[in-house]
Amino acid sequence: MKIGLFIPCYIDQFYPKAAVAALELLEKMGLEVYFPKNQTCCGQPMANSGFEHLTTGCNRLFIENFSSFDYIVCPSGSCVMHLKEHLHLSGHDQQAKAIREKLYELTEFLTDILEINELSASFPFKVGLHQSCHGQRGLKLSQMTELVAPAFSKPEKLLAMVKGLELIPLNRKDECCGFGGTFCVTEEAVSVKMGKDRLSDHLRNGAQYITATDLSCLMHLEGILRRQKSSLKIIHIAEILNHQPL
Amino acid sequence: MKAMEHAQAAEAFIRDEARTDWHDETLWFVRQKRDLAAQGLPEWEQLRDWASGIKNHTLSNLSQYLALFEENALKNGIKVHWAMDAVEHNQIIHQIIKEGKICRMVKSKSMLTEECHLNAYLAAQGIEVIDTDLGERIVQLRKEAPSHIVLPAIHLKKEDVSDTFNEFLDTEKGNNDPQYLTESARQHLRDYFVGAELAITGVNFAIAETGGFVVCTNEGNADMGAHAANIHIACMGIEKLIPKAEHLGVFLRLLARSATGQPITTYSSHFHRPRPGQQMHLVIVDNGRSRQLGRADFRNSLKCIRCAACFNTCPVYRRSGGHSYHTAVAGPIGSILNPNIDMKANADLPFASTLCGSCSNVCPVKIDIHEQLYKWRQVLVKEGHVPSSKKTGMAAMTLVLSKPTLYRLAGKMGRVALKYAPFVVNNSLNPWYKQRDMPQAPEESFREWYQKNRK
Amino acid sequence: MSSKNRILQATAENQPTLTQLPFIDFDSLIQYPDPVAAFEMVLKKIGGEIIHFKNEEEILKSISKADQDGEFVLNTFRQQEGSLAPFKNASAVELAHLNRVYLCGALGVAENGAIWLDENAMVNRLLPFITQHLVLILNAKNIVATMNHAYQNIRVDESGFGTFIAGPSKTADIEQSLVIGAHGPRSLTVYLFHN
Repeated sequence: MKIGLFIPCYIDQFYPKAAVAALELLEKMGLEVYFPKNQTCCGQPMANSGFEHLTTGCNRLFIENFSSFDYIVCPSGSCVMHLKEHLHLSGHDQQAKAIREKLYELTEFLTDILEINELSASFPFKVGLHQSCHGQRGLKLSQMTELVAPAFSKPEKLLAMVKGLELIPLNRKDECCGFGGTFCVTEEAVSVKMGKDRLSDHLRNGAQYITATDLSCLMHLEGILRRQKSSLKIIHIAEILNHQPL
Repeated sequence: MKAMEHAQAAEAFIRDEARTDWHDETLWFVRQKRDLAAQGLPEWEQLRDWASGIKNHTLSNLSQYLALFEENALKNGIKVHWAMDAVEHNQIIHQIIKEGKICRMVKSKSMLTEECHLNAYLAAQGIEVIDTDLGERIVQLRKEAPSHIVLPAIHLKKEDVSDTFNEFLDTEKGNNDPQYLTESARQHLRDYFVGAELAITGVNFAIAETGGFVVCTNEGNADMGAHAANIHIACMGIEKLIPKAEHLGVFLRLLARSATGQPITTYSSHFHRPRPGQQMHLVIVDNGRSRQLGRADFRNSLKCIRCAACFNTCPVYRRSGGHSYHTAVAGPIGSILNPNIDMKANADLPFASTLCGSCSNVCPVKIDIHEQLYKWRQVLVKEGHVPSSKKTGMAAMTLVLSKPTLYRLAGKMGRVALKYAPFVVNNSLNPWYKQRDMPQAPEESFREWYQKNRK
Repeated sequence: MSSKNRILQATAENQPTLTQLPFIDFDSLIQYPDPVAAFEMVLKKIGGEIIHFKNEEEILKSISKADQDGEFVLNTFRQQEGSLAPFKNASAVELAHLNRVYLCGALGVAENGAIWLDENAMVNRLLPFITQHLVLILNAKNIVATMNHAYQNIRVDESGFGTFIAGPSKTADIEQSLVIGAHGPRSLTVYLFHN
């Protein structure tokens, strides 16, 4: 099984450890994983700002880089959701469609395609799981509190396989952190207030780490934490799932 | 009216952080009550499906249903008026007031009359309308606009209401007891009800098959006014129609549960014919709705039944307050309705969202609100309603992100700048940095690591 | 062109292709093992009160025994048409001091505690709203499970006006604090009989 690893631009530049963890985790499952060199970005920053018409270049690059794989896996629910909904390129409809169908966010790939039941990871800390909206409501990685429907959670299922990890409850299980792409600067006041409120929920419930399927949310939360000189830390879920006993 | 863009108004709102927390908690509590009410019905999601299907069908046959509704309403003895826009709506009501030589009139909650700025229009003609919904009366006395379509005074604390009532209703200074304040308003408004010559109400649902309409309240104020006055004017947008009375069986199960978590409003009143000697008028208003019906991406916003569940769940609304949306209908639904009414004035609203999607999930008629917010952004950019600085920035970003070599170079420079000269990025011109630090720059990017360690 | 025609024309031009109405499957609706108990529970939750009677005679006895203390009370239950005639067209001014009204409800709804009554049962449309206290008399046999069922059993345009009433009037417009007795009745009591 040939896997193309899609590492979103800001993870590549600012959080390489999460990308390494995602790669190693997939390799441990015995998969052939490749990182196509010329990949850049899914185009979401432009599209969510109203400039979807400028994303043709990104879409072309994505199709060129990822058409040849059996599956494409990415440690970001938000980028995956954007591509699943908006990856189109005139003259390449079939390729774009094929990519949209074989593209998976990391945790859903582990639970739905690989159907893994155990992990060798250990992470003896109290962890709060932040539900990134695009992964949760967009890709349905876990049940949403608004709906009257049975509960499930793909990320929680995986975290439950990690030795020593204690998942803390939250008062608001799936409220947005306020990142929202360019929203984080165009609506700076609301964005930061939302972030602060999410953090207090995790702190109140005793979290030592906040994890998520999206680093964009975590980058925003980390920005506030560092400004507040808090000891609470952020960590991408791939790093926990790949965390070895010391 | 718009004094500031949403972002600026929100920033001003948040400056009082304790009050923002209170606003957020209060509305979150309403969201939780809604959740409990929804969970009480195993068929909840099925009801949402049906409601959405009934509304979609109605919109797909709207001209026929409007004609049928009018025909039946006329048979019932209701006088039907049609208004293309807000001005015509206001003129029609003004005309009825003039013809009846009316001096004393009351109005129950109608977001349409807010949308049309009826009170201001009549005030300019020297006519005073008394709002009778408690929340609306409070904001009317304070010369403010409602900040929420179901809870008009939710931006106010009981101390504010107490001060207002002390000033206008002569209540005891410093008595903040909601029971006492509500009782005072009851006494104050009872005189207006009893003396009312004309009553204006909104319409929650209009039934094509029977030519009647339904008005829902908890306070009983719509009924008090409509049954006391000799003239009743009900105002409705063209999208309020439903085909048959039996469909109310779906909508009335969803409306109050979504709005406040109640199983139903206290009163769900069905008006079909005026009582003997009474005049019953119905004003059917377009005001841009037929245009919205023609926008394939946005037409299903017309399914809205004005429950405000999307307000209560919206993390942005809860922390920015209704007035920051500078329109009669605030919140997520307002942000997809208002650009249709005035694209330029409301171009900021679709951007006042993180696109988290919670609004679409609570919507009882399954409007894809967050997807429409995304689509409005595309339209607004194409129509030239975003600042040119944003356009330049986006063009630069696009260039970098569509050229792998440029991207690698820019990434490196970005990280170098972060690492060796944080002040270059960390300055007050970058809104990120006002209350947040930048991420710590790593030694190398993932692609540099991969180059060395895999290949 | 008139505004009516302009609106109808624009609507006709802009409405999408006709879609079908959904089929409402009553089998998927909530079922209550004991609809009367469910009705009572919800009614109390929304601020209403309930008194059980064996039959209509008991209700009649209770109403006539009630100490009316010179208050303005109006009972429509088992009354001669003629005795109520003066109230039919009474104005709000004349009814402003009504203290208590007894009206007959046609149907109750278990899921939300609502009771349907139409103009024929009200005598005057103002009565259920302007009175300080409202008593609705209901036959337990006439309680249905949901609003979907309710609309199967009533005709909304049988008279010129009809309403579902669920509990006393209320508001939470001041800081979300629930206050019973907004503009309508301060209390709602259901007299439920079981014969």
